[in-house]
Amino acid sequence: MSTTFIGMPTVPGTGNLFERAPFPQVAQHELGNVQLRTNLTKATTAIRTKRAARVAELGDWEDLRDSGAAAKDVVLARLPELLTQFEAAFTAAGGTVHWARDAQEANAIVRGLVEDSAPLNEDGRREVIKVKSMATQEIGLNEYLEDHDIDAYETDLAELIVQLGHDKPSHILVPAIHRNRHEIRQIFLRGMEDADPNLGTEPRELAEASRKHLRKKFLTTKVAISGANFGIAETGTLSVVESEGNGRMCVTLPETLITVMGIEKLLPTIDDLGVFMQLLPRSSTGERMNPYSSFWTGVTPGDGPRNVHVVLLDNGRTRALADQHGRQALRCIRCSACMNVCPVYERTGGHAYGSVYPGPIGAILTPLLTGTDAEENSTLPYASSLCGACFDACPVKIDIPQMLVRLRNEGNVVKESEHGRLPKTQLDVALTGASWLMSDGRRMALMEKGLPLAKLLSPKAGIRSLPGIAGAWTSSRTIPRPPRQSFRSWWSAEHREEAREERREARDRAQFRRFEARSGAEPAPEAGPAPRSENQHETKES
Amino acid sequence: MRIALFATCIVDAMYPEVAKATVSILERLGHTVTFPERQACCGQMHINSGKFAQAYPVVKNHVEAFEDADFDYAVAPSGSCVASLGHQHPMIAEYMGDEDLASRATQVAGRTYELSQLLTDVLGVTDAAAQLGSYFPHTIAYHPSCHGMRLLRLGDRQSDLLQTVEGAVVVSPENWDACCGFGGTFSVKNPQVSTAMLTDKVEALINTGASVCSGGDASCLMHIGGGLQRRHELLPAQATPPATVHFARVLAATREHPLILNEELVSGGALR
Ligand code: SF4
Repeated sequence: MSTTFIGMPTVPGTGNLFERAPFPQVAQHELGNVQLRTNLTKATTAIRTKRAARVAELGDWEDLRDSGAAAKDVVLARLPELLTQFEAAFTAAGGTVHWARDAQEANAIVRGLVEDSAPLNEDGRREVIKVKSMATQEIGLNEYLEDHDIDAYETDLAELIVQLGHDKPSHILVPAIHRNRHEIRQIFLRGMEDADPNLGTEPRELAEASRKHLRKKFLTTKVAISGANFGIAETGTLSVVESEGNGRMCVTLPETLITVMGIEKLLPTIDDLGVFMQLLPRSSTGERMNPYSSFWTGVTPGDGPRNVHVVLLDNGRTRALADQHGRQALRCIRCSACMNVCPVYERTGGHAYGSVYPGPIGAILTPLLTGTDAEENSTLPYASSLCGACFDACPVKIDIPQMLVRLRNEGNVVKESEHGRLPKTQLDVALTGASWLMSDGRRMALMEKGLPLAKLLSPKAGIRSLPGIAGAWTSSRTIPRPPRQSFRSWWSAEHREEAREERREARDRAQFRRFEARSGAEPAPEAGPAPRSENQHETKES
Repeated sequence: MRIALFATCIVDAMYPEVAKATVSILERLGHTVTFPERQACCGQMHINSGKFAQAYPVVKNHVEAFEDADFDYAVAPSGSCVASLGHQHPMIAEYMGDEDLASRATQVAGRTYELSQLLTDVLGVTDAAAQLGSYFPHTIAYHPSCHGMRLLRLGDRQSDLLQTVEGAVVVSPENWDACCGFGGTFSVKNPQVSTAMLTDKVEALINTGASVCSGGDASCLMHIGGGLQRRHELLPAQATPPATVHFARVLAATREHPLILNEELVSGGALR
C-alpha cells in the first residue's frame, strides 16, 4: 500500500462507514424502487442544472477550484501544526478542546458533556438539539446517545424528515432526497405529535409545520450539538454554513454548544474563507451566496452559549492522510456536487453505498477511512463507470476516477496477498491472459487470426448470450460478431514490403543508440533533421 | 507529414473499418500513415480493473512501440485510449517504480492525438465536405464519449466536423453528456446499474429519430449499439433503431464511396 508514516499513529475509522452488503447487490434492490428513482432523477437534475448555471457565471471558476485545492493541500501538509494552533486559540477564547481517535471515543466524550450540562426530564431522559452534521452521523452519535437515555432532535428540515421516518439519510446535503412531498406529509402526520391533520403537501405548508414543531425545542433545550464546515486555526473560530437558519438557532440559543469536527476541516486564516465561501454554495445548492453562515469564536459573555466545546475527530483521517494519493480525498468540503452529477448515484441512491458518505466521494473516502482491507467496503471502488463527471464538478479538484482505480488495485493486491492460493475469478483469469496477449503486437496478430473462427461460430446479427461473467453483459446487450480480418492483418497484407523496411530501420536505429550508449558518445538527435543555421541553409540553396 | 496510427485494440480486432477510414482521411489530406506493428493496446482494461502489475507490460509495450517509430504525430480514433496514455501510463510506470518509463510514456502521450484533435488543431480541417469530400446524407445523433469530453476536453471538435459533412444533420439526444454505462469493468461488476444507464441512453437516442448514432469511441459505440439492437430484438414491431458508427467512417464516406446504411452490415447494433 502506498501509505507513508507521517509521525502519527493511524487508526482505522469506525462507526457508520460500512457497506451492509456488496454494492451491486444493494444497488440491484434499489434499482427496483421506481418511486426512489423518479424522486432522485428529478432532484439531482434540478440541482445539477442550477449548479451548472451558477458556475458558468464566474469567469474565474477554474482558478477558484485551483485555489481551493491548493489551500486544502497546504492544510493537509501542515495539519499537526495547525491543529495545535487551533487548540491554543480555541482555548484562549474560552472554549474546551477534546481529541477523539475514533467513533467510540468521540461518542463517549459527547455523552459525558451532555450528562454534565443537560437536565433530566420527567421521563428520566435528557434532550439535545442538533445542527445537521456529517461528522456526527459518521460516528453514529444519535443512536449512541439514544442508548444512553439522551434524545437528540435533528433541526434541519430534511434531517428531521429522515429522523421522523426512522430512515437513513441518502445524500449528504439533502438527506431526504429520496422522499417526495407526499411521502413527507405522511411522515409528519405519523411522527409529529403536534401536526395538523389537515396538513397539505405544499412545500411552504410542510416547512411551516416543522417550524412550529421545532420552535419550542429551540427555546427550551439547554444543549446543542453541531458539526462544522470550517475551523480557523489562527483564531479558533468555528463555522456552520446552512440554508434554513435552524443551525443559527442551535448555535446561539442553548447554554452549551458541542461541535464535532473532523480534523481536516481546518483553514489557516479567516482570509482563506474567501475562496471557499464562493466554491461551497455554488457547488452544493447552486446558490451564489449561502443564506445562513454562522461563525463563533469561543465564549462571548452575555451573547450565545456559555459553554463551548469542540471534539476534534480523527476516525481514520490520519490513515487517509498517510496515503500519498488518497490524502486528496481529505480536501472534500462535503458540497455534494459529485453525487448530484453521478449517473450511478442517480440510479441507485445513497443507501446502496452503506456508508454515510455516498456517491463518488463516498466510494473513495469510505475505504480510505476504514482501510482498504475492510472486506465490507471492497466493492465500493467499483461503483463507478469512471465517466469523470465527479472530477469535473468537484470544487477542490479531487481526482476521484483516478483514486477509484488506485483503490481497485490496492484491493486486488491485498486480496492476492491474503488468498494467494484461492481459485481466481473468471475475470482474473481473463485479465491475466489478456495482459500476456496485449503486451505484444505479434501475439495480438495471432489472436486476431483466430477471430474469423469465432465469426463462423457466431450468428450474423451478433452474439446474444454468453456463459459466465459475460452472461450478465449479454443479458441486455448484443455483442457484434468479429470481422473477417483484423485491421492489422489487412494492413500487413497491404504494406508487406514497407513494413519490413520500417522494422529494419527501427532495428538499426535501436542498435545505433545502444552502440552510442556503450561507447559513451554524444547521442545523436532522436529523429528528424538537425536544425540548420540560416547560413548553412543559404549555402545549400545557392 | 508522417502520422503513426495507433489503431487501439478494439478497432484493430473488431472494427477494422474505423482504422481504414482514419488512414483514408489522412491520406486524402496528403499525409503518410504508418502503423507501428508492435502496438497492441493502451492497457485501460487492466488499469481500470485495478490490475496495475498486469497493465505494466502492456503500457511498456505501447511506449516502446511508439517511441521507436519515426513520425511527426501519432493518432488514435479513440478519446478514451488517448486519454489513458496521458492520464494513466505515467501512473502505472511510477507505481511499478519505473521512473524512466514514466517520462518516456509522457513523451509518447504528448505526441499522440485523438483523431478530431489532430484534424482540427494540427491539420486545420474546418470543412469536411470541402477538404475531405465527406458526404453522408443522414441524420446523426452525436454521442460524446466521457473520456474524450472530460479528460481530453475535445469540446465540439467531433460534432463540428460531422456538421460540415455534406448532407449530414447532427442532433443531440436528451442528456447528451450522460455516460452510456459501459465503463469496461463496470459493466461486468455492476451489470444492473450499467444496464439502467444504457436503457436511458438507448431511449434518448431512439427519440431523436436519427438514422445513426455517431461518436469517437468504438467501445462506447459497441455498448450502445448492443443495447439498441437488443431493444430491437425485444420490440421488433417498432421502427429500426439507429445503428452506431464511428465518426471517422462518416468523415471518410464520399459520393464516390458512400457509406451505405445496410442492415446486412449491422452486427450487434454497430455498423461494420
Ligand atoms: S468530493 Fe468534491 S464534489 Fe464531492 S462532496 Fe467533496 S468537495 Fe464536493
